[in-house]
Amino acid sequence: MSLSRTIDTPEIGGAQGPEPAPRKHVLDLDDFSQEEISAVLESARSMKEVLGRDIKKVPALRGKVVVTLFYEASTRTRISFEEAGKVLSADVINMSASGSSAEKGESLLNTGLTIQAMGVDTIVIRHPHSGAPHLLAQHLNKVSIINAGDGLHAHPTQALLDLYTVQDKLGSLEGLKIVIVGDVLHSRVARSDIWGFAKMGAKVVLSGPATLMPPDLMRTSGNLARSPFASLVEVDTDLDRAIEGADVVMALRLQQERQHAGYLPSLREYIRRWQVTGDRLEKAKPGVMVMHPGPMNEGIEISNSIAHGGNSVIEDQVTNGVAVRMALLYQLTIGSGQEL
Amino acid sequence: MQERQIMNQEDVRRALARVAHEILERNRGAEDLIIVGIHTRGVHLARRIAANLAEFEDVDVPVATLDVSLYRDDNRVRDQSQTKIQPTDIPMGIQGKRVVLVDDVLYTGRTIRAAMDALVDFGRPEQIQLAILLDRGHRELPIRADYVGQNLPTALEERVKVRLMETDGADEVALIFEDLIDGPQESTEDQQA
Repeated sequence: MSLSRTIDTPEIGGAQGPEPAPRKHVLDLDDFSQEEISAVLESARSMKEVLGRDIKKVPALRGKVVVTLFYEASTRTRISFEEAGKVLSADVINMSASGSSAEKGESLLNTGLTIQAMGVDTIVIRHPHSGAPHLLAQHLNKVSIINAGDGLHAHPTQALLDLYTVQDKLGSLEGLKIVIVGDVLHSRVARSDIWGFAKMGAKVVLSGPATLMPPDLMRTSGNLARSPFASLVEVDTDLDRAIEGADVVMALRLQQERQHAGYLPSLREYIRRWQVTGDRLEKAKPGVMVMHPGPMNEGIEISNSIAHGGNSVIEDQVTNGVAVRMALLYQLTIGSGQEL
Repeated sequence: MQERQIMNQEDVRRALARVAHEILERNRGAEDLIIVGIHTRGVHLARRIAANLAEFEDVDVPVATLDVSLYRDDNRVRDQSQTKIQPTDIPMGIQGKRVVLVDDVLYTGRTIRAAMDALVDFGRPEQIQLAILLDRGHRELPIRADYVGQNLPTALEERVKVRLMETDGADEVALIFEDLIDGPQESTEDQQA
């Protein structure tokens, strides 16, 4: 499945020659170098300053058109891309599958070609199928594609905002212990986060029921041994042990259907063993950061008091998401500008 | 390519001292003054001018920083490595203040145009003045500097390089040009050397 591809693919283009080609698409973090991630985070910091102004508007992308093409529900990702585009003065057009020609059976590719023919500069796409953004990137030569979440594969802008949020609070990502707990198997956020945190020199520990851990990562040899980041990703199904000394604990959304699909014996057991609670956080580093990509099931993967407590940076994640997406929209539009 | 030194460390120091004196003279002191440096080298020059003002008149003039990338009209012809945006930090606000913009080289004027657009998003300054270390001519917009370290007539194909202690380890302004006296053969060799 897509997982093994994500984790095992050797670094493509991340550490190319001295002059990497201008980035045209953001599909996942696997082809980002550490240097490029740092540059995005640095620009995002300046973008956050723009968001703090009385007049939250700069003319950078005046006359550029961004389409958000969402085949799945979304609140924060979509609104945050829309805000990012509008603050930069781009025209943002929102399109969702329902109410569009997709309902009449138009293929993704034809929809993409249609949007491209309208002179759009950037397409932000969310799609239930892994690889949908790659398909558009392969076949559309005049637009930049940003992956806003595809199937179980990747959610690179979420990972970048997670990196930003941690770096913003803790100063550096190098050497940190990041615990990601929950349904890693079905989480595109976790997969992109693993790439991102590992590239920045943090150590990622995955925790949750063994049935919801990626099988490849449960093995200690074979495919994983080829992964350049194997030494930076660990699995420990015992959360109480995994959380020891953690700088960051990230809870993932547990989709309740998983219980019916046989991944979980019961929700109660999940809550007892893997809910992020105040008691468990005692074992982490003092001041541990608690994150969640949202939307939350409060009382299931995270307790209510922790979700809104002093250690939670969940709302910062949302704010930072706008800044990170501004940095990416700007870089793609200006950077590859010669071709546009 | 050849390089000729236009200003050395002492020249830069004297020019910045004179510019600081001229700012004080023209504004009759430093009241309501804010020095705004344009990234990257303008920021360092702004700090040095502020230090001069402090030394000459014992005044503490605030220094702010400005990145104008988001306001440029010529991003499309620039290098992608320029897409990293540096921090804009204007903590004191500029409403009703006299702003002295500082940059290293004045050339087409487009950076200054972008800087003025950026500034007015932060408020309505009473005045915007412009201080420049080196004016090399070739304006594409009706913009001129109020304080100039040195004027240098240049040819379009020449390039000007400002080096500062903070960013380059030495204070210097250099003119970079193709050697037109020697034949093209020689100049190729120079490049390789």
